[in-house]
Amino acid sequence: MMSKILKYVLLLAGLIVFGYPFVWMIIGSLKPELEISNLKLWSSMLTFNSYSQVFQKIPIGRAFLNSMFVSVSVTTLVVVLGSMVGYALAKLRFFGKSILYLLILFTMMIPFQITLIPQYVLMVKLGWTDTYLSLIIPSMMSGLSIILFRQFFLSVPQALIDAARIDGCSELHILFRLIWPLSKPVIITVAILTFMASWNDVLWPLIVVRDRSLMTMPQLVTIFVIGGEAESQLGSLLAAATLLALPVIIAYTFFQKYFIESMASSGIKG
Amino acid sequence: MRFAGNIGRRIKKSDRNGYLFVLPYVIYFLAFVAYPLVFSIILMFHRWNIVTPMEWIGLKNFVRMIHDPLFFKSVGNTLIFLLIHIPLQIIVALGFALLLNSKMKFRNLYRAVYFMPVVVSGVVVTILWQQLYSYDYGVLNSVFTSLGLPRIPWLVNASFAMPSIAIMATWKNVGIYIILFLVGLQNIPGELYEAANLDGATHVKQFFHVTLPILNPTIVAIVVLSTIGGFSLFIEPYVLTGGGPMQSTLSTMLYIYNQAFYFDHMGYAATLGIVFAMIIMAVVVVQRKVIESEI
Repeated sequence: MMSKILKYVLLLAGLIVFGYPFVWMIIGSLKPELEISNLKLWSSMLTFNSYSQVFQKIPIGRAFLNSMFVSVSVTTLVVVLGSMVGYALAKLRFFGKSILYLLILFTMMIPFQITLIPQYVLMVKLGWTDTYLSLIIPSMMSGLSIILFRQFFLSVPQALIDAARIDGCSELHILFRLIWPLSKPVIITVAILTFMASWNDVLWPLIVVRDRSLMTMPQLVTIFVIGGEAESQLGSLLAAATLLALPVIIAYTFFQKYFIESMASSGIKG
Repeated sequence: MRFAGNIGRRIKKSDRNGYLFVLPYVIYFLAFVAYPLVFSIILMFHRWNIVTPMEWIGLKNFVRMIHDPLFFKSVGNTLIFLLIHIPLQIIVALGFALLLNSKMKFRNLYRAVYFMPVVVSGVVVTILWQQLYSYDYGVLNSVFTSLGLPRIPWLVNASFAMPSIAIMATWKNVGIYIILFLVGLQNIPGELYEAANLDGATHVKQFFHVTLPILNPTIVAIVVLSTIGGFSLFIEPYVLTGGGPMQSTLSTMLYIYNQAFYFDHMGYAATLGIVFAMIIMAVVVVQRKVIESEI
């Protein structure tokens, strides 16, 4: 009995430790500036003052659209191109296939610390800094997603593909019309992993984008925090943080199961 | 000649679609993996600020690195971070996984809330913890003083700052590792515990002799994953402390970033990047060997 009580006490403590800061953030962003720094969640009045401050000081709406555009483009490219390479590796016969597979595994082991600076130099040489291209193209392929697709496609029965070939279907038709509908789990996994990584990345945008109107949302909020624009107004910091967190939290609430499964599976396979 | 002819025949017999499908990857690989790899090696031997022409300086970047106390301090800082972060993460994750590993009401709710910090941006987490850690007004110090404990100088004291960042990073990432441990725990056959019960093994003994050995692959995976993740520690000190106080939270990635994009020392930063990557790979290899044999 005692151990059961202890168990629930610990589980509840966990809820407070992991959940309370978010609740505090959202409510704090709606409180008047003077009331924020106390522990209480309840406030005498709610106001959108902090939010209007954020919208006045930084182009956060534009940054949201930038982030959306970049993350959706990257995710689409990774899913389409990654599934094509994964399909070729799993189901097509061509010379050099196993070498390519090993090459992909090898690239996954290279720490990004090596390629970060020369990739930036490449962006400068191509004239891509301060454009969407620098945010999208370097992330349009990912070794992990190719491996995940290959793994899944290996389990698709060969007879199905052979039958479609006899019917005269092209390989593109087979992949996108026949196999894609069967591959929802792996497509969702790759899409969530890619979208999250792209949406939350700050280091790369900080390096290649200096123009405020092209900044991604986490980047702009970072600049807002460390650049002194927030003028240590706690309310506007919390409002900016809430705006940044809210889209992800909403998506997470609806697709929670998929988020947890995807991110955990990347942990196991990665 | 015959070898080349052989390859030619095998290419001819190959499926053309195969090459078409992988072509985008090959182009991507050449542009964004192979070229940067080669170019970073070239950069190692040059001084370059990206604007003026590159200047060949031989091994001077290495010499400079060897005499750069700040680089070694940054590597040391990152190792301190890992030494606190990884054990803490494994203990907390395993603890919650054990608590969650049984039938109960609201199990999914607990799991979902514990996982929440994983999905939000590190920037959000950092802003939140900046407030929690505030010396005068922070929630943590308010709780401490109301319990009659002294205030803790979380981010303002050089010996507390890195541990504080390690605690914050644990809070952010532990959800993923709770799930990994849960998967591992559910793979343990119940018969093993029944057999251990028949032999009269206590719960503690069962944990150390049944549970832990079976979870070994999970622990190896977690250690390796969080090591690789921890070595790229950047945004947390960048936003929270700027590397201070007294360079105690200057992570290696932050130092390399400053060298490259603040001081425009491209050649030197590339050199540090390569050396740092070697350190990472060496640490991961050693870790794997040690943990796989120990537990």
